Amino acid sequence: MKKKLIAILLAATCALTAGLTGCSGNTATSGTDESKVVAGFVYIGKINDGGYTQAHDAGRLAVEAMGVKTYYVEDVPETVADTKEAIQTLIDEGCNLIYSNSFGFMEGTDQMAKEHPEVKFAHCSGYMREDNMSTYFGKVYQARYLAGIVAGMKTEKNYIGYVAAKGIPEVIRGINAFTLGVQSVNPDAKVEVVFTDTWYDPTVEKQAALELLNKGVDIIAQHQDTTAPQVAAEEKGAYCIGYNFPTADAAPKAYLTAACFDWKTFYTDDVQKAIDGTWTSRAYWEGLAANMTYLDKLTDLCAEGTQKKVDAAQKAIIDGTLEPFTGPLYDQEGNKKVDDGVKMTDDEIWNMNWFVKGVVGTIPA
Amino acid sequence: MSMIQISKRQKGTSKLADVLIRIGAIVLSLIFIGIVLAIMGYDPFKVFGKIIQTPFKRFKDVMNKTIMLTTLSLGIAIAFRMKFWNIGAEGQFYMGAFGAASMAFMCPDLPPILLLPLMAIAGFICGGLWALIPAVIKAKFGASETLVTLMMNYIAIAFISYLQYGPWKDPAALGAAKVPNFSENAVLPDVFGIHAGWIIMLVLVIIMTILLRYTKLGYQIDVIGESETTAKYAGMNTVKILVIAVLISGGLCGMAGFMQSSAVEKSITDSMSAGLGFTAVITAWLAKLKPPIIVVASFMFSILLQSGSSLQVMKIPSSITEIMQGVIIFFVLACEFFINYKISLRKHTAVKEAE
Repeated sequence: MKKKLIAILLAATCALTAGLTGCSGNTATSGTDESKVVAGFVYIGKINDGGYTQAHDAGRLAVEAMGVKTYYVEDVPETVADTKEAIQTLIDEGCNLIYSNSFGFMEGTDQMAKEHPEVKFAHCSGYMREDNMSTYFGKVYQARYLAGIVAGMKTEKNYIGYVAAKGIPEVIRGINAFTLGVQSVNPDAKVEVVFTDTWYDPTVEKQAALELLNKGVDIIAQHQDTTAPQVAAEEKGAYCIGYNFPTADAAPKAYLTAACFDWKTFYTDDVQKAIDGTWTSRAYWEGLAANMTYLDKLTDLCAEGTQKKVDAAQKAIIDGTLEPFTGPLYDQEGNKKVDDGVKMTDDEIWNMNWFVKGVVGTIPA
Repeated sequence: MSMIQISKRQKGTSKLADVLIRIGAIVLSLIFIGIVLAIMGYDPFKVFGKIIQTPFKRFKDVMNKTIMLTTLSLGIAIAFRMKFWNIGAEGQFYMGAFGAASMAFMCPDLPPILLLPLMAIAGFICGGLWALIPAVIKAKFGASETLVTLMMNYIAIAFISYLQYGPWKDPAALGAAKVPNFSENAVLPDVFGIHAGWIIMLVLVIIMTILLRYTKLGYQIDVIGESETTAKYAGMNTVKILVIAVLISGGLCGMAGFMQSSAVEKSITDSMSAGLGFTAVITAWLAKLKPPIIVVASFMFSILLQSGSSLQVMKIPSSITEIMQGVIIFFVLACEFFINYKISLRKHTAVKEAE
């Protein structure tokens, strides 16, 4: 019998807190002005993760700086239920423009978009769109190509490691662009890939980096959301290339540069469109030219002459004379996949599921 | 000089003392959380207010979590009652979801009245068989089921990942790793605005209450839990009972997987449990492994989980809400210690010992 009391007591907690709040009085209900844009953000990580979510949150802060009220929910699990809950929370707070920043939020965001036609949505990195739901992402592969040039110039062993999250096109295309960048200055260099099967796990990421370093790579690049691979590189006296966000202070003795997103480019543009009343559902995928992605400024650790080569390639990508994914491109076995002079289309690049020649490793599953 | 003496209470505390200790624990945890919040610069009353509003503003979301937590906790409870430490609910949940999804993909055009029970049965069987593996390993080789059930979680999740990134990948998903959605026939309908899982949950609670309290099997499970040797001397076939109980345990977790994939996710992903398979261990334990109380504990816990996102819009980091959950659990579990043990301060004068 006495054991039932726990339950009763949990109920008592409720009652007690209810009583307490009764005293605390008015919960401020702000008058919702129909025309006023309130932006809500659903985040996969924590806003201070030093990586993916922090980069997004910098974009949110830029939106706040425009004088727009914003809310966010961080650390949301990638389930339909949790996504919908987080979005409902934001809608309850009066948000009428909602961004969800991870692929796993796609289904939940889409369902909410259908249930709330009065709210505008944008989902990062997915493919589902509705009349009130956009998609957005950055062509970070362009920045990765530049990062590849940096690594190709720096490596002495012609052997570079790459810690990758999952075997999906987003990751594969980054590895390929990076490798092509490396080969553009150093045709003999190899890029070995280890998959961790996680976006965010400092322990696993570090372990994967150490595995590569023990095999003898002298530079570590990454498609991971923490700085753990960079820390591993520094510990082993190697060099590293970051991702998402400039993180020179995480591994000051190893950091060369990073392939970064500047999410405020999209967020401020999108919010401004909502304010102006010109918002429409779209598929936003921009790169260096729009400053949606960029290469962090090179540190003094980079090889001599790197800046010049990077600048030249960056200029060529921006003015359209250089597309990293232009034939001839060969797969790992040496079969020609793209004919000479043929540029892969955005769709083909988006769906890429094979490694270019020079990548060591296999795509899982 | 005095010393602290800890001794097991012979008769247990009085009911009144129990109540007071437990209320004390919760009040203390709230005060403690309040202090932490105040130090962090938040208004504790506003925060508590937000938590209290949760079940009213978000009844549906709270219920979705409650259904899942309750069903998982029921599965865990039956195993725990016979001291079979099944912490593999997470894996059994995923295998259950796998079983259900297999049926959904194999016969998507079957009418719901046939397809849904088929999915439920498949979910139950897959979850049950997954739990049976550690039980067999324990019976045959004496391997610790705690370890084996835990490790098998990761195998199950990796298996779902494999399906999601491999054979079950939706070709229409433009290369992204997503399993296609179920057909409409494979989706549990809503009843009074909440998916029909709540009815299944209530039925399961009633069945499990009867099974554990009024049947021979329930009695045998409790006896084995008290002492396996006694059970053997009494002539019980302990292996057979273990197998049945573990099948039910894993089967219930598998049912949770079926309901979540069918009604909420409408598909299957390798992250759909959001860790609730582990949270369910806490709720089962808080409810003292009693089915009716499991519902209440799961409901309360769901409110706590659910309030997390509401608190964040007050700019309270998710880490703080996790700390709050941890503090409440810590205090509630710690108070069990004071109920079961007596602490007395004793003057150390009676016997003179040689130093």
